[in-house]
Amino acid sequence: MSIGKSLPHDAAPLHVTGQARYVDDLPLPADALHLAFGLSTEAHAEIAAIDLSAVRAAPGVVAVMSAEDFDEVPDCSPSLGDEPLLATGKVHFVGQPVFLVIATSHLAARKAARLGKITYKPLPALLTIDDALAVGSRFENGPVIWTKGDAAHAIAGAAHRVEGSFEVGGQEHFYLEGQVAACLPQDGGDMVVHSSTQHPTEIQHKVAHALHLPMSAVRVEVRRMGGGFGGKESQGNWLAIACAVAARATGRPCKMRYDRDDDMVVTGKRHDLRILYRAGFDDAGKLAGVEFTHLFRCGWSMDLSLPVADRAMLHADNAYVLPAVRIESHRLRTNTTSATAFRGFGGPQGMIGIERVMDHIAHALKCDPLDVRRVNFYRAMADKAGGRLPPAPPESISAKVNVEAGADLTSRGRAASVGSHALPPDGAVQTTPYQMPVEDFIGHELVAELERTSDYQARRAAIAEWNAANPILKRGIALTPVKFGISFTLTHLNQAGALVHVYQDGSIALNHGGTEMGQGLFQKVAQVTAAVFGLDAGAVRITATDTAKVPNTSATAASSGSDLNGMAAQAAAVTIRDRMAAFIAEKHQVKPASVRFKDGMVRVAGEEYDFARVAAWAYQARVSLSSTGFYATPKITWDRIKGQGRPFLYFAYGAAVTEVVIDTLTGENRILRADLLHDTGSSLNPALDIGQIEGAYVQGAGWLTTEELVWDAKGRLSTHAPSTYKIPACSDRPRIFNVSLWGKGNREETVGRSKAVGEPPFMLGISVLYALSDAIAACGDGSAYPALDAPATAERVLAAVQRVRGHV
Amino acid sequence: MSEIAFLLNGTPVQLSGIAPTRTLLDWLREERGLKGTKEGCNEGDCGACTVMVTDAGGSRVLNGCILFLPQLHGKAVCTVEGISAPDGRLHPVQQAMVDHHGAQCGFCTPGFVVSMATAHLNGQTDHDDTLAGNLCRCTGYAPIIRAAKAAETAPVPDWMQTDRAFILAQTSSGGEPPSAARGADSPPFFRPTNSDDLADWYLENTGATLIAGATDVGLWVTKHLRDLAPVAFLNGVTDLQQIERQGGMFHIGAGVTIAALRAFLEPHHPSFAELLRRYASEQIRNAATIGGNIANGSPIGDGPPALIALGAKLHLRRGDEMRSIPLESFFLDYRKQDRQAGEFVAGLSIPDSAPALRCYKLSKRFDQDISAVCGCFNLTVTDGKVTEARIAFGGMAGIPKRAAHAEAALLGQPFTEATARAAAAAMAQDFTPLSDMRASAAYRLTTAQNMVLRYLHDLNGMPVSVLGVQA
Repeated sequence: MSIGKSLPHDAAPLHVTGQARYVDDLPLPADALHLAFGLSTEAHAEIAAIDLSAVRAAPGVVAVMSAEDFDEVPDCSPSLGDEPLLATGKVHFVGQPVFLVIATSHLAARKAARLGKITYKPLPALLTIDDALAVGSRFENGPVIWTKGDAAHAIAGAAHRVEGSFEVGGQEHFYLEGQVAACLPQDGGDMVVHSSTQHPTEIQHKVAHALHLPMSAVRVEVRRMGGGFGGKESQGNWLAIACAVAARATGRPCKMRYDRDDDMVVTGKRHDLRILYRAGFDDAGKLAGVEFTHLFRCGWSMDLSLPVADRAMLHADNAYVLPAVRIESHRLRTNTTSATAFRGFGGPQGMIGIERVMDHIAHALKCDPLDVRRVNFYRAMADKAGGRLPPAPPESISAKVNVEAGADLTSRGRAASVGSHALPPDGAVQTTPYQMPVEDFIGHELVAELERTSDYQARRAAIAEWNAANPILKRGIALTPVKFGISFTLTHLNQAGALVHVYQDGSIALNHGGTEMGQGLFQKVAQVTAAVFGLDAGAVRITATDTAKVPNTSATAASSGSDLNGMAAQAAAVTIRDRMAAFIAEKHQVKPASVRFKDGMVRVAGEEYDFARVAAWAYQARVSLSSTGFYATPKITWDRIKGQGRPFLYFAYGAAVTEVVIDTLTGENRILRADLLHDTGSSLNPALDIGQIEGAYVQGAGWLTTEELVWDAKGRLSTHAPSTYKIPACSDRPRIFNVSLWGKGNREETVGRSKAVGEPPFMLGISVLYALSDAIAACGDGSAYPALDAPATAERVLAAVQRVRGHV
Repeated sequence: MSEIAFLLNGTPVQLSGIAPTRTLLDWLREERGLKGTKEGCNEGDCGACTVMVTDAGGSRVLNGCILFLPQLHGKAVCTVEGISAPDGRLHPVQQAMVDHHGAQCGFCTPGFVVSMATAHLNGQTDHDDTLAGNLCRCTGYAPIIRAAKAAETAPVPDWMQTDRAFILAQTSSGGEPPSAARGADSPPFFRPTNSDDLADWYLENTGATLIAGATDVGLWVTKHLRDLAPVAFLNGVTDLQQIERQGGMFHIGAGVTIAALRAFLEPHHPSFAELLRRYASEQIRNAATIGGNIANGSPIGDGPPALIALGAKLHLRRGDEMRSIPLESFFLDYRKQDRQAGEFVAGLSIPDSAPALRCYKLSKRFDQDISAVCGCFNLTVTDGKVTEARIAFGGMAGIPKRAAHAEAALLGQPFTEATARAAAAAMAQDFTPLSDMRASAAYRLTTAQNMVLRYLHDLNGMPVSVLGVQA
């Protein structure tokens, strides 16, 4: 059985020898051209004049394009249609592409792109949350508000209250491979696109639209990305479209990759935001009511901001019952790069708010934050399930939605469909703020286990002692939980297709709609597919994602890759296996159900044959050995306007204990130890899952500590290269790093009863912020709350130390 | 002659007519079709382009993205394609990376593999240091470290020794590497082998760019897209690469790399050596020189504050004229130095002992980062009173600068908490720092002041660094 094995990443031998090919490594025809954008230097301005004569005259330049070269400037947006490939009349942020250089080399294009002379008439620029709030610049008419109960009343009536506001910084993806695409013109104007994208169908749709072609005339291929993290869900559109229009114009293959600085200036990042909160609670810290206001800085275009901000609201509860709650979400439009998807997709921003509330309550009550967290947990999974799973209700069908022709249905940025659903009976079950019953909560057991294995209580006591003896350095510890909803909130995206071929020699080729960005998806799906045939995973040939093989794919996003594509591939494989079984069973005059595929052999009626032999026989008997497979996630339904429904098939859980040390003279800080326990269901591949968890934690820790995005007063990003933007380096990982899987099977019927793992462990990094808060709290007399903003750079930590010591 | 000859994965390469600022990375990928070496940042910060370079001094890692082809003359280059055996067998670090799941997206992996194989060859097991210049965004590094540890005890494969053997054979045969001498042709670039030739040439070409490690100049090309001709490459000037001890002083040639300086200083000035450990990354330290670090005139270069605290003398040469000045007087104003046309930094001298020297670096990230504040302290206390005080900072002004008021507040006083606080208060008159993306002015001043207290506690043996704390 290949499911559940800790096999290495399928491309590991290619990775370590440098043979794994990324888009920029693909050999192109000798006449290929290279592109670069000329970028806006103003945050908001009218373009008074463009003089590109020096660009055109530069060595190696073949052509230069600006908006006036198009009857209709192609759109690059995944949502509103508000992202012209090249600026039309106005620029809206520093780094917006204004013109496009087509040259004989990458360097020639870059050099020429610096020679454009653009005259701007500057307009007032909205750069900050406060700028945007002051003039009501936002993407929806007003804030989105979801309520459950009467939060204001509950807070007013509670024994205790806390309130506050804090800043949470954004995050640059810093995928090691920058954005890149290449287009090769084909017969009759068709286009083949190689793109480093998490969303081939989106690229196909946008390129087709730009070239006025049907989607069937555009084929997008993605073998692998050098990291994505959400940054390649929509941000690759620009390069692919630029290459497509340039290839169309010149008739030659065109490639474009951003230099790292351009990549960081042009592309979107994780949304930064301000969170305002107010909570009422009893003597034990149990919440009566809570109110949140999310102020999201979305940037100049809509991109995926609405569903990101939605998901923040959907995770405002994290693992806690909020008896009465009001969440108000503002999606502010500013003259900065358009914030986009990033691992967690708003979930981390939502979750960090309630964790702040827990931390603040504990400070107010002078008790261990873990006790406050625990007293607010959702109730344990109902005992009555008793190990037996209730039958799944029939799949709910989303209400019909009228769709304009040519609409991009596959983007998460698309305004939501409205699903019909029945609310659960009130009071019978505990529900989230959006009325979804929480039936699978395992936080109690999981946290108890982690508390034990991490030696949390003894270490908390030891830390207190250590702090008493050390005037300059202080330690802190925190345990935070994660409950993360799995499914796309745009319901119709929860579908996937796969294509499996068994060849007459018994070899198997696998294709599906998911993309490989390092997460090991291809290996997992190969393991699932091989298991159907009773073969080793190595027997399955993994092939590049290709829109001509599997159409209408959803982005590899929302942690859904294995869940969706694993099921689709399994379905395809089962179809073929069933045909082979039926054929061989008939030959032996037994029932198909008695045929066994195991250990590379097919057992039937006491006989045993090589899988390859059976494949050859089936071929000769004219049995089809190729099949598609399809999967649509059951049970989900969601009304985003009302904020009600069941947007998720299930929740993935986890918890982390982090210990830190800070320097009270400088604010320098360091993670000393991390203990993670994460719920992967029955893992399809424990090694790959542990890799996701370790990597996600460190990435989450980076978001909240050293990764600081700084914009200057003119809206220019000052931190646009790794010299100034600091993702964790090797020595920043916890020196003691214990990672375990909570391996109990998913209650829902997912592939192999596994759970999605891409995003949820990112939020284990939140424990770092609250461990720092704990260490800071140890510096004062306890009267002032640290009120630590994120990212907790040394500077912010020092400011908080001064705050609790009453120096500010 | 502007011909360049080197070994590439064991195969001799001869190039002529190459633009002097053509980077190894671009050449490998665009001319040689060797696509294993990746471009991640094009500025020497991510390590995806890491290659191993071998010469008579040994094998070391360098960033291929800011390495100009002429710098490779007479050396051997090994890319990721040369790390596995010619017959395809994996190197032990490659096998360990597979076994321990050290690669996820795989894009940083070739760079890691080259760094790991080089450390393996050199017997280095301080993996956090040797890998600080390789960024990974997927794994959180834990499996990579597991792999590096697992491979430690495996013997060095024989094929990893061939470059070194070739270079040594060439050097011991007495033959110069091919065409290393000064060229008679009008040079697109000049590659002197001694400082006399350099001095003559620079006097005639005062507008030229001198390139030692290219760790900063490289970015003038890859990021600022500047044309630099004429240029001289200094890495063949071996007489500037020596360190000598004489009369209680160390005389350090300008061409000594940060890596070599760090190794040399470790037993003598451990705090300075620790500061140099945090100077960029292994790849950068192997290329960057102390002379370049000084001549560059950065207000935040980590070498100068420590050297000023040590009372370093700087030696400058113009033609046949040499002069020596206190290092602090070299820095006149932001990016403006006391250096005449045709004059270059030849070396410096520092005392061989300074037991009270302590160097503190504040940066957003501990490794591979530029200082927000770098404070270096060196007090002499005689009979309970401070008799000499040298306190120098980087990041606090347009130049590396002494804290004159703070020093004055300490002189003649016992070094106690009270005088430390007085000195910290006086420091407010020494600096008016700027706010930038690394830190605010207020943070810079507060922490610079707090460093006086840290220094006091440090000399008293109290733990003052989070880096020293274990869970």
